[in-house]
Amino acid sequence: MNFPIISALILLPTIGSLFLIFSKSNDQSNSTIKYVALFTSIVNFLLSIYLWFLFDETTSAFQFVEDREWLIGIVNYKVGVDGISILFVILTTFITPLCIISVNNSVKKRLRDFLIAILIMESFMIGVFCSLDLVIFYLFFEAGLIPMFLIIGIWGGPKRVYSAFKFFLYTLLGSVLMLVAIISIYWITGTTDVVKLYELGIDSKYQNLLWLAFFSSFAVKTPMWPVHTWLPDAHVEAPTAGSVLLAAILLKMAGYGFIRFSLGLFPIASDLFTPLIYALSLIAIIFTSLIALMQEDMKKLIAYSSVAHMGFVTLGIFTIQQQGIEGSIIQMISHGLVSAALFLCVGVVYDRMHSRLINTYGGIVSIIPKYSVLFMLFTLAALGLPGTSGFIGEFLILMGAFKDNFLVAVIASLGVILGAAYMLWLYKRVVFGKLVNNDLNKLTDLDKSEYFILISLALPTLFFGFYPEPLFNTIEVSVNDLIEMYNSNLINK
Amino acid sequence: MELSIITLPLIASIISGFFGKYIGDRNSEIVTSLLVSISAILSIIVFYNVVFNQYEDNIIIATWINSGTLDVNWSMKIDSLSSVMLVVVTSVSALVHIYSIGYMSHDPHKPRFMAYLSLFTFAMLMLVTSDNFIQLFFGWEGVGLCSYFLIGFWFKKETANSAAIKAFVVNRVGDFGFALGIFLIFYLFGTVNYNEVFQQIPSVVDKRLNFLGFEVKSIDLICLLLFIGAMGKSAQILLHTWLPDAMEGPTPVSALIHAATMVTAGVFLVVRCSPIYEYSELALNLITVVGMTTAIFAASVALVQTDIKKIIAYSTCSQLGYMFFAAGVGAYNIAMFHLFTHAFFKALLFLGSGSVIHAFKDEQNINSMGGVWKKLPYTYVLMIIGTLALTGFPLLSGFYSKDAIIEFAYLRDNTTGYYAAGIGIFTAFLTSIYSWRLIFKTFHGSYNNKSIKIEETHESPLVMLLPLIILSIGAIFAGFIFKELFFDTNFWGNSIFFLEPLSEEHPPMWFLLLTPILVCSSIPISYYLFVKNKDLPNSIVEINKPLYNFLVNKWYFDELYEILFIKPSKKIGLFLWKFFDVKIIDGFGPDGVSSLIKKFSIKANKFQSGYIYQYAFIMLLGLSALLTFLIIK
Repeated sequence: MNFPIISALILLPTIGSLFLIFSKSNDQSNSTIKYVALFTSIVNFLLSIYLWFLFDETTSAFQFVEDREWLIGIVNYKVGVDGISILFVILTTFITPLCIISVNNSVKKRLRDFLIAILIMESFMIGVFCSLDLVIFYLFFEAGLIPMFLIIGIWGGPKRVYSAFKFFLYTLLGSVLMLVAIISIYWITGTTDVVKLYELGIDSKYQNLLWLAFFSSFAVKTPMWPVHTWLPDAHVEAPTAGSVLLAAILLKMAGYGFIRFSLGLFPIASDLFTPLIYALSLIAIIFTSLIALMQEDMKKLIAYSSVAHMGFVTLGIFTIQQQGIEGSIIQMISHGLVSAALFLCVGVVYDRMHSRLINTYGGIVSIIPKYSVLFMLFTLAALGLPGTSGFIGEFLILMGAFKDNFLVAVIASLGVILGAAYMLWLYKRVVFGKLVNNDLNKLTDLDKSEYFILISLALPTLFFGFYPEPLFNTIEVSVNDLIEMYNSNLINK
Repeated sequence: MELSIITLPLIASIISGFFGKYIGDRNSEIVTSLLVSISAILSIIVFYNVVFNQYEDNIIIATWINSGTLDVNWSMKIDSLSSVMLVVVTSVSALVHIYSIGYMSHDPHKPRFMAYLSLFTFAMLMLVTSDNFIQLFFGWEGVGLCSYFLIGFWFKKETANSAAIKAFVVNRVGDFGFALGIFLIFYLFGTVNYNEVFQQIPSVVDKRLNFLGFEVKSIDLICLLLFIGAMGKSAQILLHTWLPDAMEGPTPVSALIHAATMVTAGVFLVVRCSPIYEYSELALNLITVVGMTTAIFAASVALVQTDIKKIIAYSTCSQLGYMFFAAGVGAYNIAMFHLFTHAFFKALLFLGSGSVIHAFKDEQNINSMGGVWKKLPYTYVLMIIGTLALTGFPLLSGFYSKDAIIEFAYLRDNTTGYYAAGIGIFTAFLTSIYSWRLIFKTFHGSYNNKSIKIEETHESPLVMLLPLIILSIGAIFAGFIFKELFFDTNFWGNSIFFLEPLSEEHPPMWFLLLTPILVCSSIPISYYLFVKNKDLPNSIVEINKPLYNFLVNKWYFDELYEILFIKPSKKIGLFLWKFFDVKIIDGFGPDGVSSLIKKFSIKANKFQSGYIYQYAFIMLLGLSALLTFLIIK
């Protein structure tokens, strides 16, 4: 057997965190601890890039598959990647080291534990994206909640306990139904192996209920309207690195789940429920954009904008068009980069001024120019300006939606106008204008590590805006075959 | 060589934007001006090749988006149409770069300014040389972005920031239509490449589709959606509100972006899509109507404005209306001709007004000027040339293009055409009046400025005057020299499509003479009104107070939009957040559930009292209930 590269990706961060557990946490050792964590996550990133390098783009079959017996005869430990999941793995391994670098200023207490939480979280996330068995997927999917719960609950702001519980309650509640559904799938088909299930198919009479059960879990995690209210609270209270992980990766698990499981396993039900998804996505796009317009807290604004952006994603997935699904995947990758960067941008000024309120700021462009330029870039990417990755995703989603349903595309396109309004207004109030608050004069521009993080996020945002070809090449065959499988299922029903 | 036309401005922008701090202000100015000037010279060479050697090319630079059947390339399409735009964009841009060296000499952020100008030039070139709709959209949003940056360049000014956002968001409304148009094109044809789309047009002429419950011809729908985009960018009525506000930006910006280049992108779009528009009678009529309404609306507002730049801005709006109605009556080449001549004289007027504003130390109100023509002789003469050209004074450039538009409207020989011609003539008269009002109020009469002494006003430096002089040469001769070329449909080749050949006839003599006579006679009329007998305009205002207020308030568009869109959006947003999210979803959702559980557990708590006799009693009760149940069963 070859080198188990996927397992290595999943395990490496955990192994790194083991080193941390057995190290002392005090001020002297903090930098060592950070280097250990950083080293682990960077090695993992390089490993994932190597995986991408080895990846064969001409097939939609799962690659680097590892299949080991676990609970004998019932559940196997089966992992592997295809064109859809590999990008999310890379996104995870890319964002994590940046999070670790960013903890410098934002995390003051129990740094060691914080880094352990982040590394373990990375393991779980990669596990989610690589699982090829429903039970394994469920375990990773739910386990991911725990480190996030701790990150919000321990390192969060003043209302952290409320937010952490809200986050936990919401997500757990949705997931319980998914567990029931997974068990029933086992009883119905006798397996939880995703690849086998793809071949077997699930009897259409069970699909609707199963779909709804999965949906209840994914909808909360996405989050879709109306189960989105945990997100703004969680973001506001979470420390910067937590917000980044939450926005950049955690939200993508659900989008990935929709593509892999809802479309893949329950095509007939997906077809039936597409109008529901459309309606909820449109409401998310329009309502939360309007809400974002009125926010006074920067983090809340960006959180609400995330809900709107994920509305585009769910919309695109259920168009079942090549453009729509590819757009959704690219939108998720792009949102992973851009929302991460925006939360970091908020974190930068928060660390200095200890306020997230928009009206604390204003006129800082001449004081911290480097920051302002980068913040501008991410603002533009968030509103989907051509030349940034945000445009490609959004435009393709709308294009796909238009092929499927005119009305849906028209309403969703209105969200693009609102997106420009709330992002630019935010930027104007924070960065431009007259300097009113004299405390702002003390602001210092980005330090080396902040600069490095934001530049690392800016480069792919721009690069994929101008040249998204590597992304398209990776996902094309997988998405195409998924759609073919979906359509043939519909015809055969 | 062709590629360097596009890349040089981008390189200039990067150098000045990222390294301006290291190479210094002066070097940034020199580098950007030089590179853009080289680009202008190359453009002229390309234009020369296109005219005399029938040069055409479609260069594929790289793949951009490749998703399923959607295949979009970074490309550079050179044909008659794009070569004309290349010349206009790069040459005006180069002159504005040079002018800015003088105009922005007191500004602390020169490299940033130059970088924006060059970046704008790059985006505009991407727009005009695209061979597909999505790259066009890239340029389209790109110029919008640079316009946003440049309007808000003086970021400390609250009004400038608001104007910048307004420009971007209003343009997004237009882009909303434009994007839907692109989606529809892709939906119908499976491609977004111009040539491939245009080839398929004749086959879908009669195709109808159901759009949001309306049964429409698909061609009409494409044209209307694209036109919404054009209306936003070219500030046509309903979506024009951003353009006057955009005058918050530095004046060179107004000359480059809001007169010569970006705002003409909408006209360019319609002309580029002439193979589609030619098949849509409905859309063409609508364009004519929108164009002429904008022309007369903007001219009427310009009559009473007092800000020198806003007058010129409304004038631009009005002239864009002319271009649209030229396109609407099928005279695409004349629309391009007017676009071409307008670029020269309007940039000249803007830069000239910049020179005036410079002289008055940032004063823009024409009521606070006057009597300085001897102090600013060059600016004065150049502004007069610009005005003559704009108003269509015989033999200057505006005369050839504007009169041609009116003639073709007349020759269209249908109701819309006659209306358009009539309104065109009347608007030409109004144009003349407000333009001369501007000149007379600014340069003649008594000196009205209280804060600066007349001795302190000064003529601009050579670096500012030189571009003006070059533009004035264009304003005088461009019409005369290029009229044959632009009228000649062979020159346009495949780049403009005429379903039926343009009429070769000529309107009757009296009609031809009407406009020039009105235009010439308006000079003495204006002189009388605004210099000799100044009380007369005031008394006219007094008599027609409601009309005056209507015009001064720009037909109340801003107020209307505030009530219709902005306030409701904010209110709904607040409602959805405070009431819907917080009260309903959270109230009944997580918070409600958790408080319910809390209440329930308090109740449940009471059962666990700890007293044995209570427990025993309950057990007894349960036991007897169970027994009863079994017995009955």
